[in-house]
Amino acid sequence: MIKVDEKGFYGRFGGAYIPEMLYPNVEELRENYEAIMASKEFQDEFRGLLKDYVGRPTPLYFANRMSEKYGVKIYLKREDLCHTGAHKVNNTIGQIILAKRLGKKRIIAETGAGQHGVATATVCALMGMECTVYMGEIDIARQRPNVERMKILGAQVIPAVSGSKTLKDATNEAMRAWINNPVDTHYIIGSVVGPHPYPEMVARFQSVISEEIKWQLMEKEGRENPDIVIACVGGGSNAAGAFYHYYNSPEVRLVAAEAGGLGVNSGKTAATTAKGTPGILHGSKTILMQTEDGQVVEPHSISAGLDYPGIGPVHAHLFDVGRGEFVAVDDKDAMKAGIELSRLEGIIPAIESAHALYALNMIEYSKDDVIVINLSGRGDKDLETYIKWGGY
Amino acid sequence: MNRIHYLFNTQKERVLSIYFTAGFPDLEDTLPIMEAIQAGGADIIEIGVPYSDPVADGPTIQDSNKIALDNGMSMKKLFEQLKGFRAKIHIPVVLMGYLNPVMQYGMEDFCKKCKEVGIDGLIVPDLPMQQYLEDYKGLFEQYGLVNTFLISPQTSEKRIHEIDENTSGFIYMVSSHSITGAKSGITEEQIAYFERVKAMNLKNPRLIGFGISDAETFTTASNYSNGAIIGSAFIKKIKDAQNLSQDIQEYLRGVKN
Repeated sequence: MIKVDEKGFYGRFGGAYIPEMLYPNVEELRENYEAIMASKEFQDEFRGLLKDYVGRPTPLYFANRMSEKYGVKIYLKREDLCHTGAHKVNNTIGQIILAKRLGKKRIIAETGAGQHGVATATVCALMGMECTVYMGEIDIARQRPNVERMKILGAQVIPAVSGSKTLKDATNEAMRAWINNPVDTHYIIGSVVGPHPYPEMVARFQSVISEEIKWQLMEKEGRENPDIVIACVGGGSNAAGAFYHYYNSPEVRLVAAEAGGLGVNSGKTAATTAKGTPGILHGSKTILMQTEDGQVVEPHSISAGLDYPGIGPVHAHLFDVGRGEFVAVDDKDAMKAGIELSRLEGIIPAIESAHALYALNMIEYSKDDVIVINLSGRGDKDLETYIKWGGY
Repeated sequence: MNRIHYLFNTQKERVLSIYFTAGFPDLEDTLPIMEAIQAGGADIIEIGVPYSDPVADGPTIQDSNKIALDNGMSMKKLFEQLKGFRAKIHIPVVLMGYLNPVMQYGMEDFCKKCKEVGIDGLIVPDLPMQQYLEDYKGLFEQYGLVNTFLISPQTSEKRIHEIDENTSGFIYMVSSHSITGAKSGITEEQIAYFERVKAMNLKNPRLIGFGISDAETFTTASNYSNGAIIGSAFIKKIKDAQNLSQDIQEYLRGVKN
């Protein structure tokens, strides 16, 4: 069984390796999240907002021309059509309702591509809560439109200037901010990373993705299970959501596309399972890219959302036990796949999601297979990167 | 007898512990800094093992970590430098390091090496109590290493008692809700917290850290505990030092007297 245990471990990965200063906050969350999430009031509010505010269910779209090209049935799970442009909002809606029920007044968050930051700023505006988002200085430069969106929504964006100045460092800064404001503040982590219970909690909020795929595929194909589900993995929240209800259906292949960057062996990569080893990052035991001496290696990916040196502990476990197939998609191939989808289906994907699209070229499948690719976000935020890249 | 136990058995008041990052400001400064800390009259030396992602630390210690790593400091290098330090240093020495570098070195090898060079205790801020008890307590004890836990104003009384039960050196009281170097001075709210913990009559001595920088804050903290720890303020001091040894000793004498 792929399942979190009561101490927060998936196999040998997970747990809560945090400084004592964070213990009361994390413990408060751990003690309460399951009961709150199980309550009818919570579910009514959460489901209501997912439907009327986020626009769920998102379509499961049969990609006709793409299917023709690849000679296989391809469905796209259109998370790019969620309000704010990516799956991230599923989690922020859940966490902000939770935060409100815990009596919190302020929200902090980290962001890489800015999608989680925007999704957090959005729900804070929706609920009238104060919002501070930490974002790496480099990401601020390459994701300008999202920075402005957060500001329009009333959030304060604070640059993380330490280390690689990307997602890892934004996460460090958000954790430090939480240590400094432990009482009235909730930290909305945007991925299935961090100390227990975050990885499981975020995965459950995102699990609406595979919950919908099941009934949608039943409508379209007369079966709940596709043969293959493909999703990109940075921290891995969209993948966790797309895989969640298939974890324990071994007949469904789970394919995780990591960011190869300039190439797995180029030294400029974010292909965590290819280059990583077990260790501790951001409060959980997982697989991360590090030196022999245990220093975290700075990752590289053209997509800010995948530019992270670790993966969520559940993905480390899927990799460890062979349940997940991990491929590394290089920058150039992801860009190619992004442009290909634009031309074949009229959908410009987020560069993160383009990694999942390209993975089709790296796995084996048979022509009768039904493949679901989780299209986690739209490409609006990446226009500048597309323009700079050219090739279209 | 472990030097930390010996210290607190013989000195109950105004214990001064000084933190510095190994490899900062220069790679080979480790031993000279230790000697100067001892000569300046401090009672405990806390050596920080630099780490790329020190989440409990503020900008001052983050910078010192980064510079130390850029200088080439590593766990291996540090143990090489520490070989034979007991010929000169007689006060307790504690290693403070985040869990990941320790894990990569190998917990047992790490403990063994600590004992070999003469380390008395460890502070691993992101090693939670439960994990310590389940996985590492036996090893620490086997190699005579005292483990130190942190508590903060948010830590419940129940948990403080649990921590008190499971440690034997001293309890590191984080003075406010903050990362290192974030605040200076001591507020009334903090004093209420110091008094509350003091009244709990814990079996372990307590040292107060975070926000201690000079004679005044050291004395205030010492009034409510067995002493205090200086970290960020010391790092700032050595960053600007003209004559490392002399400046350290002058600063420490100023704090203690």
